[in-house]
Amino acid sequence: MLRIEGLTAEIDGKQILKGIDLDVPTGEVHAIMGPNGSGKSTLSYVLSGREGYEVTGGSATFNGHDILAMEPEERAAAGLFLAFQYPVELPGVGNATFLRTALNAQRKARGESELDAMQFLKLARERMKALSMSDDMLKRGVNVGFSGGEKKRNEILQMALLKPSLAILDETDSGLDIDALKIVADGVNAMRGPDFSALVITHYQRLLDYIVPDRVHVLMHGRIVKSGGPELAQELEAQGYAAVQAAA
Amino acid sequence: MTAPVATGAAGFLARYEGLKDHLPGARKPWLNALRADAAVHFAARGFPTRRIEQWKYTDLAPVAQASFAEPLTMVEGAIALPVANAAHRAVFVDGRFRSDLSTLDGLAYRVGSLAQDLNAAEPFLGALAKPGSEPLVALNTMLFEDGILIDLPEGVDGGLLELVSIAVDPGRPFAFHPRHLVRLGAGARLTVIETATGRGQCLHNPVFEIEVAEGATFTHGRMLQEEATVFHLSTIYATIAAGGTYDNFTVAAGPRLTRNEIHAALTGPKAACHMNGAQMAADGQHVDTTTALDHAAPDCASRQTYKTVLAGRSRGVFQGKIFVHQVAQKTDGYQMNQALLLSEDAEIDSKPQLEIYADDVKCSHGATVGALDADSLFYLRSRGIPESQAKAMLVEAFLHEAVETVTDETLRAALTRALDNWWSRQGKAA
Repeated sequence: MLRIEGLTAEIDGKQILKGIDLDVPTGEVHAIMGPNGSGKSTLSYVLSGREGYEVTGGSATFNGHDILAMEPEERAAAGLFLAFQYPVELPGVGNATFLRTALNAQRKARGESELDAMQFLKLARERMKALSMSDDMLKRGVNVGFSGGEKKRNEILQMALLKPSLAILDETDSGLDIDALKIVADGVNAMRGPDFSALVITHYQRLLDYIVPDRVHVLMHGRIVKSGGPELAQELEAQGYAAVQAAA
Repeated sequence: MTAPVATGAAGFLARYEGLKDHLPGARKPWLNALRADAAVHFAARGFPTRRIEQWKYTDLAPVAQASFAEPLTMVEGAIALPVANAAHRAVFVDGRFRSDLSTLDGLAYRVGSLAQDLNAAEPFLGALAKPGSEPLVALNTMLFEDGILIDLPEGVDGGLLELVSIAVDPGRPFAFHPRHLVRLGAGARLTVIETATGRGQCLHNPVFEIEVAEGATFTHGRMLQEEATVFHLSTIYATIAAGGTYDNFTVAAGPRLTRNEIHAALTGPKAACHMNGAQMAADGQHVDTTTALDHAAPDCASRQTYKTVLAGRSRGVFQGKIFVHQVAQKTDGYQMNQALLLSEDAEIDSKPQLEIYADDVKCSHGATVGALDADSLFYLRSRGIPESQAKAMLVEAFLHEAVETVTDETLRAALTRALDNWWSRQGKAA
């Protein structure tokens, strides 16, 4: 599914990723934990193709494709999804229009038929119900005036509609109260299955109580310093990153 | 120094000399005097040059150097009209009223050709747009042949009226200078949707004089959509009495050069003026919105939001002046100008100006200039939307935001069509 080997990347000439090796097999959920500034968000942006990040070495393949050579929209159509830590507000772009355009762009890229407004609305309402989102959120501008929790739920709604085979969740738990956290976690868990993988990036162990990962990796100073089972998250919570690094 | 502008001005003055005995109202002393006064002013000042502060960013040399001197012949016969937005409309071809193309029957107020109703116009023609105020007003006063006259009695709701101006290409440079007079009595209401279309080497130089009496509301939507060979220079003078409202929304997109100049005076307490718009220019075009808001009474509110989108090698200008007189306490003034540059060759000049002589006022202004937001673009692309489509979505969103405040649905739909039309025909291609 996702295989990263020796990945190095820099921003504005400053090296952030210093050789990442990571394998996320099909059907598994992996967590990446690490302190602020360890390179977590950089990794998610490099994988999704944001401008401004220069890959200086190594490789990342996704279902056999060299994703680093692809445009962001091509990566999305290939099944990669990034849930943003800070979802962007788009005044003047209706949420329904945005969601339908995205879904149809991906369907088109994959050679599938596009959904008309009615078909889309039916599908969106069904998915929104599961996320306890009101219909009203379809009519508003994308993320405009949404609370922190609503923005994150809107990210999960996009994931539920676009049905990626790999989702990268970049600190999706930040700014969420416990109820919103559960809704978001339920949304991710509902996607789990043999054809879905996820990379859950988080600072805290809390989210991993609800999305239980198959593997946990600790990212520090641009490298994976330790990997283990879900119990590693508990260990980090109890001992802190410094202790883990000292032991590594 | 013999400025090249003298050529153009001299051409128009010669034309006035030749036509003055044939222009509408030639036998009316009051109008002859007004035109003669305008000619004196225009002869003295000529076309404005960039040495004049208000014209620093807009160069009229291409207008001044062109020769628009040949007299017009009346265009007759069928003309392709734009899609109607309202049941009632007044149609002008090359600045002349065409009753055969207009549908004004059954309206409960005076509306029609100014040239055919000059006696009714006498009390207020030139009252707001004085020949000595601006050279373009002088030029218009000197040579206007027609225009619309709208006079709503007290308390009348005039509903929706369309004003259509079409320029027909005669195959040589030509100019027309319509004079439009709009007067709303106390408590009257009217919405005008104005469309200007046309082609050819043409100068369209309309002047509006708008009087909004106590408690009246005039909503004025304008779509300046002539083709890229046309010079559109419009000047509006509006005065708004106590409790009255003037709403102007202008989409300027199409002509080679557009100047949208609005002077509005709030003359009675609790008067309001909203001036909003979207102006767009593609390669080789120039758009200029210049506003002057005069707060001359207490408790008045003014709101201005203008959006500019520039593609290719184009230039946009926004100049907005808010003048608050000493008497105008509790003034609430707001002005915002936002520009989106789609090309590195595009240029925007933005000049807000506040002059405040009252001490208890709330006045603010702001200006933003930028390219499309990289974060927004990445967000859309990360969802699988191709780059070109993502850019189009963001430009459309920027433009559509401009019309969100328009409450009249027919007007908003017409304005949105005008915006989309520009984007799909010119902006996207640039």
